[in-house]
Amino acid sequence: MYEITHKKQLSENAFLMDVQAPLVANARKAGQFVIVSPNTEAGERIPLTVAGADTAAGTIRLIFQRVGKATAQMADLQVGQSLGYVAGPLGKPTHVEKFGTVVCIGGGIGNAPLLPIATAMKEAGNRIISIIGSRNKELLILEEDFKAISDEIIVVTDDGSYGRKALVTQPLEEICQRQPRPDLAVAIGPAIMMKFCCETTKKYNVPTQVSLNTIMVDGTGMCGGCRVEVGGKTQFVCVDGPEFDGHQVNFDQMMKRQGAYKDLEKKAMDQYQEHRCRIGLK
Amino acid sequence: MDITKLLNEMLEKKAKGELKAKDRYTIPMQEMPAQDAVARRSNVKEVATGYTAEQAHLEALRCLQCPTAPCIEGCPVRIDIKGFIAAIADGDNSKALEIIKQNSLLPAVCGRVCPQEVQCQEKCTVGKKFKDIGQSVSIGRLERYVADLNQSSAVPAVAPATGKKVAVIGSGPGGIVVAADTRRAGHEVTIFEAFHKPGGVMVYGIPEFRLPKAIVQEELQTLEKMGVKIACNFIVGRTRTIEQLMKEDGFEAVYIGVGAGLPKFMNIPGEQLVGVYSANEYLTRANLMKAYAFGKGADTPIAVSKKVAVLGGGNVAMDAARVAVRLGAEKVYLVYRRSEVEMPARIEEVHHAKEEGVIFCTLQNPKQILGDDKGNVKGMEVLRYELGAPDDSGRRRPVEIPGSEFVLDVDTVIVAIGNGANPLLQQTTPGLQFNKWGNIVVDDNCKTSLEGVYAGGDIVLGAATVILAMGQGRIAAAAINEYLKT
Repeated sequence: MYEITHKKQLSENAFLMDVQAPLVANARKAGQFVIVSPNTEAGERIPLTVAGADTAAGTIRLIFQRVGKATAQMADLQVGQSLGYVAGPLGKPTHVEKFGTVVCIGGGIGNAPLLPIATAMKEAGNRIISIIGSRNKELLILEEDFKAISDEIIVVTDDGSYGRKALVTQPLEEICQRQPRPDLAVAIGPAIMMKFCCETTKKYNVPTQVSLNTIMVDGTGMCGGCRVEVGGKTQFVCVDGPEFDGHQVNFDQMMKRQGAYKDLEKKAMDQYQEHRCRIGLK
Repeated sequence: MDITKLLNEMLEKKAKGELKAKDRYTIPMQEMPAQDAVARRSNVKEVATGYTAEQAHLEALRCLQCPTAPCIEGCPVRIDIKGFIAAIADGDNSKALEIIKQNSLLPAVCGRVCPQEVQCQEKCTVGKKFKDIGQSVSIGRLERYVADLNQSSAVPAVAPATGKKVAVIGSGPGGIVVAADTRRAGHEVTIFEAFHKPGGVMVYGIPEFRLPKAIVQEELQTLEKMGVKIACNFIVGRTRTIEQLMKEDGFEAVYIGVGAGLPKFMNIPGEQLVGVYSANEYLTRANLMKAYAFGKGADTPIAVSKKVAVLGGGNVAMDAARVAVRLGAEKVYLVYRRSEVEMPARIEEVHHAKEEGVIFCTLQNPKQILGDDKGNVKGMEVLRYELGAPDDSGRRRPVEIPGSEFVLDVDTVIVAIGNGANPLLQQTTPGLQFNKWGNIVVDDNCKTSLEGVYAGGDIVLGAATVILAMGQGRIAAAAINEYLKT
């Protein structure tokens, strides 16, 4: 179970994996996530969006960034090896219908969870404008996939090493100024990016959906670790989300909660790197 | 008096048929031996170490064997308490266990976690005689004693295969009972568990120092030896819906024992600060994910706290406070709105918590949690209360004392005020009837509004105990076995 059937490094720290999980592959819908752990015993449980699925092969596609110990351990696994476990799909699926024009804004690793939503929106008959960005050319992922489903695509990098030198909010603002205005925006990326995307779209009254990636343990509503304030009320990302009306989300608070274990995470990562050196991985 | 001498004296009288009630009253209630209070602050091993053979024998002799046996009325699953204690008094411990197992499947668990003082021991005649529940016969400790003796785990007999499939959702106490009872009837049983390890609240919630996980593992292994399948990482409603299980996967009956599983918060300012946990999260990180071994083999972090406030007065609050002690907190405050007598926690847990240095702040309630500029907890504003007139629950209502606010210096706050109903099945199971609080509606046989679907435990009762969940599991399993006959 949970065998890795395909693995590809997308950039220095971004990895793509197809993993055997037939029931999840069968059940998952755009916008949903899974809880995975690199090993069965004492590994950390982390939420990852399902980036795609092949129901015939019984595999799901995970795209993740190597940021902490769990993702580093996953990145070290090879085809033929297995993840500890995969549980899901979790969260409410994206509400997909024909809205008209949908702007999809992805930043960094956020392009991965955005792709299945953009694809589903396209299949529902929407016109898709994609804005995908990253810090530099090397870190940009899934450009070809977005090209294939977009009616219009704008690529930006922070340093101008590829595409337009801009933050995603700049082209977003220009698109919001067009007449007619886009009917919906979907923004997925770092919290700070989503926050500024929402500030931009709010000015133009463009409804904006965001997908939140908070810290979770069980992913089924039991722990409440993932809670965020939406419209002044406490919501659980795992069962009430992961998608919310971005104009209602308290991003500042969410960012603080995301950093809750920064020091401990760094300690775990340092220990793991040391272990890797000792066993000659790097 | 020397315990061996006392026991021999009493047994002699018993043999001659001369052991009278007044003799039994002279036997001192046998205290539960426990790990040293200081030593156990820094380990996760079980606190209560269990009766010795002599203690158990003596304690059993304290039972008057009164004709009415009111204790049995107090037991949610009606264990023949009088009978099993008589067996211990006769020196036949295996018979005692047999008697218990007729009604309870998990005596080693219930002996440890049942709130006996509001169940069987509340009704005990000996306790009534001394006008002190604390002096009742220690039924729970005796139950645990005989359960722990049972080293050979005989696998219960299974009836010939019926060819019918039963799905049990959730591997907690209720699910285990339903699985065992329906499997014994010859059905093919699969337990579906959302976590990567089975056991439910007994594994993620109740800490090792109160309920060793090896006990739960043993019960689960027995189930597997009986032929019950356990599918982990399987979230019914999401991985497969109940409808899919029944229409496509061939399950003819389903038992929902998913627990409550949606932690309540106080709805006060500051609850989103870093360092505020639900007890569920804190305990799951510590117990299931073994955060106490972070950096030493376990990868799930937990706050490194110096001063912790736990909000609530139930068993979960005690567990959280005592876990915080073991994780190295210097000061752990238990903040409870009412007074100590109204605390729903087991007396033994309150006692152990105090021994371990947990500071009880009763008649206090938080007004807000204060944070620093980085969003971390830096204190909690607390208001003092006094007891007023009794409320609907019969307990005296706490009334706030205006102007009594003060700030408690803490860096972590754990909210242990109960759970609401998890919305996952409600979101994904059309036709299943829920009440306004999101709990599943069932009849006297634990049958839901859907044909072939039964439910019990916290998701039905709101907040229950291990034994109540087991009791409902028993009822549901009998109903399922009956339903599958047709």
